[in-house]
Amino acid sequence: MSVTPAVAAPSLLRVDGLRTEFTTDEGPVTPVDGVGFTVAAGETLCLVGESGSGKSVSALSIMGLLAGNGRITAGSVLFEGQDLAGLPEPELRRIRGHAIAMIFQEPMTSLNPVLTIGDQLSETMILHLGLTKAEARQRAIELLEKVGIPRAGAVVDDHPHRLSGGMRQRVMIAMALSCRPKLIIADEPTTALDVTIQAQILRLMRELSAETGTATIFITHDLGVVAEMADRVAVMYAGQVVEETDVYTLFDQPKHPYTVALLKSIPHITTPAGDRLTPISGSVPSLVHLPAGCRFRERCPQAMDRCATELPALQPLASRNAHSVRCWLYGETGTAVPA
Amino acid sequence: MVSYLIRRILIGIPVLLGVTLINFLIINLAPGSPADLYLSPTATPEDVARTEAALGLDKPVFVQYLNWLTQLLHGNLGVSFQNREPVTQLIADRIGPTLLLMGTSLVVAYLVAIPIGIFAARRRNTAADYGVVGASFLGISVPHFFLGLAMIYVFALTLGWFPTGGMVTLGRGGGFADRVSHLVLPVVVLATAVAAGMVRYVRSSMIDAFGQDYIRTAKAKGLAASVITNKHALRNALIPVVTVIGIDLSALIGGAIVTEQIFQWPGIGLLTIQSIGARDYAVLMGINLIAAIAVFAANLLTDIAYAVVDPRVAYA
Repeated sequence: MSVTPAVAAPSLLRVDGLRTEFTTDEGPVTPVDGVGFTVAAGETLCLVGESGSGKSVSALSIMGLLAGNGRITAGSVLFEGQDLAGLPEPELRRIRGHAIAMIFQEPMTSLNPVLTIGDQLSETMILHLGLTKAEARQRAIELLEKVGIPRAGAVVDDHPHRLSGGMRQRVMIAMALSCRPKLIIADEPTTALDVTIQAQILRLMRELSAETGTATIFITHDLGVVAEMADRVAVMYAGQVVEETDVYTLFDQPKHPYTVALLKSIPHITTPAGDRLTPISGSVPSLVHLPAGCRFRERCPQAMDRCATELPALQPLASRNAHSVRCWLYGETGTAVPA
Repeated sequence: MVSYLIRRILIGIPVLLGVTLINFLIINLAPGSPADLYLSPTATPEDVARTEAALGLDKPVFVQYLNWLTQLLHGNLGVSFQNREPVTQLIADRIGPTLLLMGTSLVVAYLVAIPIGIFAARRRNTAADYGVVGASFLGISVPHFFLGLAMIYVFALTLGWFPTGGMVTLGRGGGFADRVSHLVLPVVVLATAVAAGMVRYVRSSMIDAFGQDYIRTAKAKGLAASVITNKHALRNALIPVVTVIGIDLSALIGGAIVTEQIFQWPGIGLLTIQSIGARDYAVLMGINLIAAIAVFAANLLTDIAYAVVDPRVAYA
């Protein structure tokens, strides 16, 4: 874990009030509703949350890779001061894979089965860096070596089916790094891998981001991975960020009832054997029928009357401004829900 | 790969033999005797018996089949009942025009169908897509004979743009342009059904490919839509399409018989119809054998093509 950067560091990426809507047969749904966070250069931000909390959609919104029925309806995605949310497709293409790269959850299916590893690695470098085919191939071999693939000189001409899941994820990492991006968005990159391979991939990503100074948005539902990787953490619930702070504060002094409950639901090394974990009662609300007011209210042990009628804003704690919480227990600003 | 091919060919031999046996039985099941056709109505039963004996039709069916098979092993397909010409010679004379017609149709069909299929897939669920799907349904549904006659009526008789049939204009040598103008209508008829089916396969295969994770990866790399379509999606989409090429080849043989008849195209198809009419068993058996071998070869080529287009497929 690297040292938490100074709070005043200029942010590389600043997402503000991001709202993404999908048109479905059951009407519009908004899996991302007012998401905001910042990522400073070189820092690793973990986006944590359950399935359906809007983590992946947030990532795809940043990249402009939403499916045909999805679009950003509000908010901004400032990357180096430029708003990606309103950027035309050709300009977004110049950024994708170049300044911002992405690693996906499914290494088994994320590589094209009919193209060689070298082909798929070279493609980006030829496109964004203007390398010749021979140069790109040479650099592809170097990248494969860098991500720890043995016999890189031979693997470069192999097709993906010859590699295991862990090896394929290494190829995806090499691909993401190939154009020296400023930001890598990794969407649950280790979820599909077995535990030993997970640990290897996490270590590799940590080493490489430290070495190259690349900032990372690391999406995960695994708090163990958060502890391992994060400088800072944004906890998401039902399409909103409910708490954002540095990783130490999150584990030592969680503020939002959801974060507190999440931490209680995982075992700790000091938990005595036989002790029961505390699950969070209820389930995540359906995006089609979101409750009014605070979205965690129905599962929250500390819910108040106010929580049903007014949606709290994500606001910095009075005590420390690098720690923001979306909860009436800690703040006074929010929006009243129209009756 | 070589041992795989040898194995496949060895397995194919009994299959081909079975096909010839079934053909032989079906041909002999048809009522009436070829001798009836070659004799005058006043022929006596003795005349009929003599003619049948001369054609070898007086023996039991299985003996006839074994005789045919024995001759086949000597590379002899027999002689035509009608004009005593060797069957191999008859087929050799006719196979060129048929290959020209089928080959051109197949190439034209794919050149048209693949881009249209891609176009429809990229505009999935739009008016343009529905138009393509509807037109392809029409193309699959319309019978060869109807489309053929309609084309002759419109483009040959009414507009006079193309000849009504044949392969060359008689007495005019038959230059390249003349041959092409004779090819157009039969090729359009044959290619329509093949292209219509292919459009649907390419479309659904492309839609399937567009939904794959590696396409999302390609987008995340910043590649242009054309590169994603033509390199990343199409190369994958063509793998299932290859299967259809083998099926198309078999269907094309059937389609060619009807189309050649309508356009009086001097190929195997026309020879088939003439031979059926004349009860020319020897020629029919020869044609059937060639057709069976062609279908067998088409399927074998399809399997080889798999290994070429899909790196995950390897034959041992």
